[in-house]
Amino acid sequence: MKDTDIRRLLYAHLLCIFSVILSTFIPSLFLEDFSVLETHLTWLCICSVSVTAVNLVFYLVVKPNPPSRRSSLSHKVGRFLKCCIYFLMSCFCFHVIFVLYGAPLIELALETFLFAVILSTFTTVPCLCLLGPNIKAWLRVFSRNGVTSIWENSLQITTISSFVGSWLGAFPIPLDWERPWQVWPISCTLGATFGYVAGLAVSPLWIYWNRKQLTYKNN
Amino acid sequence: IPSPAPTRMQKVSVLLFLAWVCFLFYAGIALFTSGFLLTRLELTNHSSCQEPPGPEPLPTGHQGEPGACWMASRFSRVVLVLIDALRFDFAQPQVSHIPGEPPVSLPFLGKLSSLQRILEIQPYHARLYRSQVDPPTTTMQRLKALTTGSLPTFIDAGSNFASHAIVEDNLIKQLTSAGRRVVFMGDDTWKDLFPGAFSQAFFFPSFNVRDLHTVDNGILEHLYPTMDGGEWDVLIAHFLGVDHCGHKHGPHHPEMAKKLSQMDQMIQGLVERLENDTLLVVAGDHGMTMNGDHGGDSELEVSAALFLYSPTALFPSTPPEEPEVVPQVSLVPTLALLLGLPIPFGNIGEVMTELFSGNKDSQPYSSALAQASALHLNAQQVSRFLHTYSAATQDLQVKELQRLQSLFSKASADYQRLLQSPQGAEATLQAVIAELQQFLRGARAMCIESWARFSLVRMAGGATLLAATCFLCLLASRWAASPGFPFHSLLLIPVSWGLAGAIVYAGLLATTGLKLDPVVLGAVAAVGSLLPFLWKSWAGWGARRPLAALLPIPGPVLFLQLVRWATFFSDSFVIAEARATPFLLGSLILLLVAQLHWEGQLLPPKLLAIPRLGPSTPAGPPRHNGMQALGLGVGLLLCTRLAGLFHRCPEETPACRSSPWLSPLASMVGGRAKNLWYGACVGALVVLLAAVRLWLRRYGNLKSPEPPVLFVRWGLPLMTLSTAAYWALASGADETPPRLRALVAGASVVLPRAVAGLAASGLVLLLWRPVTVLVKAGMGTPRTRTVLTPFSGPPASQVDLDYVAPQIYRHMQEVFRGQLGRTNSQGPLTVAAYQLGSVYSAAMVTALTLLAFPLLLLHAERISLVFLLLFLQSFLLLHLLAAGIPITTPGPFTVPWQAVSAWALMATQTFYSTGHQPVFPAIHWHAAFVGFPEGHGSSIWLPAFLVGANTFASHLLFAVGCPLLLLWPFLCESHGPRKRRQTPRNDAEARVRPEEEEVEEPLMEMRLRDAPHHFSAALLQLGLKYLFVLGVQILACSLAASILRRHLMVWKVFAPKFIFEAAGFIVSSVGLLLGIALVMRVDGAVSSWFKQLVLAQQR
Ligand SMILES: [Zn+2]
Ligand SMILES: [Zn+2]
Repeated sequence: MKDTDIRRLLYAHLLCIFSVILSTFIPSLFLEDFSVLETHLTWLCICSVSVTAVNLVFYLVVKPNPPSRRSSLSHKVGRFLKCCIYFLMSCFCFHVIFVLYGAPLIELALETFLFAVILSTFTTVPCLCLLGPNIKAWLRVFSRNGVTSIWENSLQITTISSFVGSWLGAFPIPLDWERPWQVWPISCTLGATFGYVAGLAVSPLWIYWNRKQLTYKNN
Repeated sequence: IPSPAPTRMQKVSVLLFLAWVCFLFYAGIALFTSGFLLTRLELTNHSSCQEPPGPEPLPTGHQGEPGACWMASRFSRVVLVLIDALRFDFAQPQVSHIPGEPPVSLPFLGKLSSLQRILEIQPYHARLYRSQVDPPTTTMQRLKALTTGSLPTFIDAGSNFASHAIVEDNLIKQLTSAGRRVVFMGDDTWKDLFPGAFSQAFFFPSFNVRDLHTVDNGILEHLYPTMDGGEWDVLIAHFLGVDHCGHKHGPHHPEMAKKLSQMDQMIQGLVERLENDTLLVVAGDHGMTMNGDHGGDSELEVSAALFLYSPTALFPSTPPEEPEVVPQVSLVPTLALLLGLPIPFGNIGEVMTELFSGNKDSQPYSSALAQASALHLNAQQVSRFLHTYSAATQDLQVKELQRLQSLFSKASADYQRLLQSPQGAEATLQAVIAELQQFLRGARAMCIESWARFSLVRMAGGATLLAATCFLCLLASRWAASPGFPFHSLLLIPVSWGLAGAIVYAGLLATTGLKLDPVVLGAVAAVGSLLPFLWKSWAGWGARRPLAALLPIPGPVLFLQLVRWATFFSDSFVIAEARATPFLLGSLILLLVAQLHWEGQLLPPKLLAIPRLGPSTPAGPPRHNGMQALGLGVGLLLCTRLAGLFHRCPEETPACRSSPWLSPLASMVGGRAKNLWYGACVGALVVLLAAVRLWLRRYGNLKSPEPPVLFVRWGLPLMTLSTAAYWALASGADETPPRLRALVAGASVVLPRAVAGLAASGLVLLLWRPVTVLVKAGMGTPRTRTVLTPFSGPPASQVDLDYVAPQIYRHMQEVFRGQLGRTNSQGPLTVAAYQLGSVYSAAMVTALTLLAFPLLLLHAERISLVFLLLFLQSFLLLHLLAAGIPITTPGPFTVPWQAVSAWALMATQTFYSTGHQPVFPAIHWHAAFVGFPEGHGSSIWLPAFLVGANTFASHLLFAVGCPLLLLWPFLCESHGPRKRRQTPRNDAEARVRPEEEEVEEPLMEMRLRDAPHHFSAALLQLGLKYLFVLGVQILACSLAASILRRHLMVWKVFAPKFIFEAAGFIVSSVGLLLGIALVMRVDGAVSSWFKQLVLAQQR
């Protein structure tokens, strides 16, 4: 493992953080009455699109994983379609899990679904970009001693921190403070975003800190 | 090598040790409660006519006049009509909020139209008030307040059905001592409150809240004849129909409209019969919530209607647009002075000045003077009371008391000056009135504030004792897992030291002559036994460990538990606990699945393409595959979510809608839906029964001829049948034809009692013969002999037997296998093996089912679906947990913390999903009438037991079932080998199968008998861990209640939560002891079963 890798990771993550920050400020130049809390759903969509775009562009440019041997066009298109299906499936899975956790079944279904979309953006999209539509690889990355590179390691950290963030975001909902951000699912989406950003910020530092202990199989 | 100590002694000492830990918790709870729950000193002083309330003389020249006392009487007679739970808006007309649209039609609006008519026609004769009730809004507390004018405290709330005579001065006492004839009719609560006070009384039973008509019709039968008879001065009629209708149907039911119309007609009839010297008071003692309950302090509960009417003009002006708000206790001094009686000694109400101002023709100055003199008498009485009370106890805040006293002296001096110079201006009179009112209101506010008196020392002591006991649980649960754990000395130290402490304390008291307080005695005994034990375990074991080893809870679980404990400190979270608990439970479940995956216990290693590094590769093959574990997790989440559909809203969240499925079927309108629901409920029962039987059959325990198994085969269906029949009767009781009514009534008494009796007899059978094992008749003596040939001679002692038993078991299996292989039997291959292998859990499951049926009967019909979910959920959870618990033979066996936490969370979740809330109005009083539709007479314990069993059903079931957490992983052991054997294999293969593979046959729960020492230690550890999790909850509740004791929500949220949590803890701990005792009973029975087998071989 070289320090340049860690530096590249840091830049990539800073770019992602930047895209999240931009998505909260730039739209107010074009859209009237835009604010994260009031027009929350619009913000969710914009944030989701921008984070996805940054991830895609970045992974296309940097190519942290070795390119596959078969690189015909039809293979690429098939792979892309598969990724889209995986993304949609993860959205639906998250939606179902939210409902199982107590989200309303019928009311606010759109809000719940968009929360699922943003969480998928923070978790599934980086997985798809880095590992491709390969469930086995995903399962490997998310088990003890399963990571093989700093990219996978940072993926692990950001994904888990996004989940923990959205989980923590559920706690203010029952409190009687009567703030606008306590409404479902705003606190959870904000929690997920903060968790994602925190994961992005922390993971390069953590990897840098522990670079002596981290030994990957193929490095 | 396990210690050779006699295992029976070990088991007994484990049980006694757990009982001792429970005692420590109880002592802590009792000590805390005695400091936290408030009591008010009841003074026995009385006001009297001869003795004026203050140093000043009584108002001019009335003393000595006939019928006059502190003040001349305005009315000689009063008719007081109490309509229980007459909420303020019940007396309101139907009004349209939006002009032009028809008024909203609610069953309870506009039915008391005679009140409105009187207010319109005779505006100077009548008034409607919104009377502001002090919580707790239970009938007995309200009756006390309505007659004494005081504030009954929270601690009285529990004794609603055990009312006792009022010792404080009250209106009824003043009336009787003035020689007035008081006639009472209605609610028999009054009989206990005022024994022998009435010149004539017609009492009707009040306890049966399902009966809407007995009390009301009884009163109506006597009301008018008594009025016309004239043998009375004060007539009190207490109607209960409206309240009972609220409890049974809620205020939005058409029945409520009928009931209120009946009340309207009654008032109409009264008004026609009133004479000029009579005052009519119509009052509600409290309101009711949207669901028709009461007891708390929500806005709907504390606003009651109060209506006054006199045939002569009484008021100086017309009624205001919006009725005035008056405190309910104001009625007491007002009525006392109007009737020419002294105001009761302990009254803190303020007279309603409007009634003392004379009619519309009187001079403004003289009417103001009359008001001021009434107020002054009132203020003198309150001042005298405050003086006496503060001399007796130190409750009242000294500063505030001094401020009030100076306020009173000033007002009193101003009033005297005014009397001396009668030509004073009206403005100064108004100022005096304002001063007097300010004093009275200040005094009332101070009393409300100060009768929250805590003993901080006891609270702190109780909390410390609880905390120390929790620490003890943690320490001892770690210690129990270590090999050198001394079972015999476990008990000796605490008991001897505890007794010594108690004796020393009692001796000290005897020498100093102080009163013995059982709470303090218990606490001293607890501390006396706790400290030496803690010291010994620390010195003997704990000090040699690193401190981290003493906090053994794994990080994520500890974090979840910390979150849960923190929620007890937030009123919002206590209110939202019904939603927060499933959330935490779901998180824990997903955490378990994720952890299994993380540790690589779900996927075979080859799937993970890259070989693992480090030493943490799992030992042994994964117990589940990934899909199965995921399925279990999702199934659990689904069950949790479905159980959440049975949600009762806390009263604090008005936007929330309670599930309609919590109400009994009898309250449903519409036959088709009712029938469908009935079908679903009976279906749930049948599925529950079938599932239990299927489970027992799967492990072979249904084949045994033992009495408990016969009971499961025949008794359980009979119980199901009786339950279904009872529900049919209960849900259709109103539609029965008259000639069958007696039969239905009889059946609704007999059927629930039959179910309870069957369950009890089943439990007795289970305790008598808990080993449900089949010894096949065909292979009786000769084969048993061949089984036991490897052993030479009889076992020498109990210890030998304990170690011989599993070997016998193994050999029996081999013989079975050989025989079955020869005969090519189609039946289950290891009949006897599975029976013995699941002998503990079979007894547990049977016991839980037998417990569940009578508990289910105490709930509304549709809760049966929740009970079904409960069983399903715990089954899934046990399976999921079993995947993460390695079986380490020969021990030590441990139950991980996450298992215990999940179990406790599930108990809490089920408490909510069975329609409960930790507040008093939400208690299901209906449960007391299951099997006793006519009530219980004067008995208190049986109804309390039934209501308690209903409330804490989930606590009890989960606590009794707690040992399953230990047993289940051994049961799941049978999965792997069974599957392998089910692969197609012909006879020849079976015969030539190598011998080694048969040795691999799962021993299942017999592994526990392989290591009796570890078995006892594991049971002890399990009990301690469960007690720890529950104990920290009660500790968190008590800390929250004491830290937030001045919080706005303390009486509404924290105190009820603490009481419910404490009661739940007691039920849970008793259930836990029973569950562990049952396991030990089975163990003893298994031992004697083996002993019999050995004896049979010797013959
Ligand atoms: Zn009442
Ligand atoms: Zn009631």
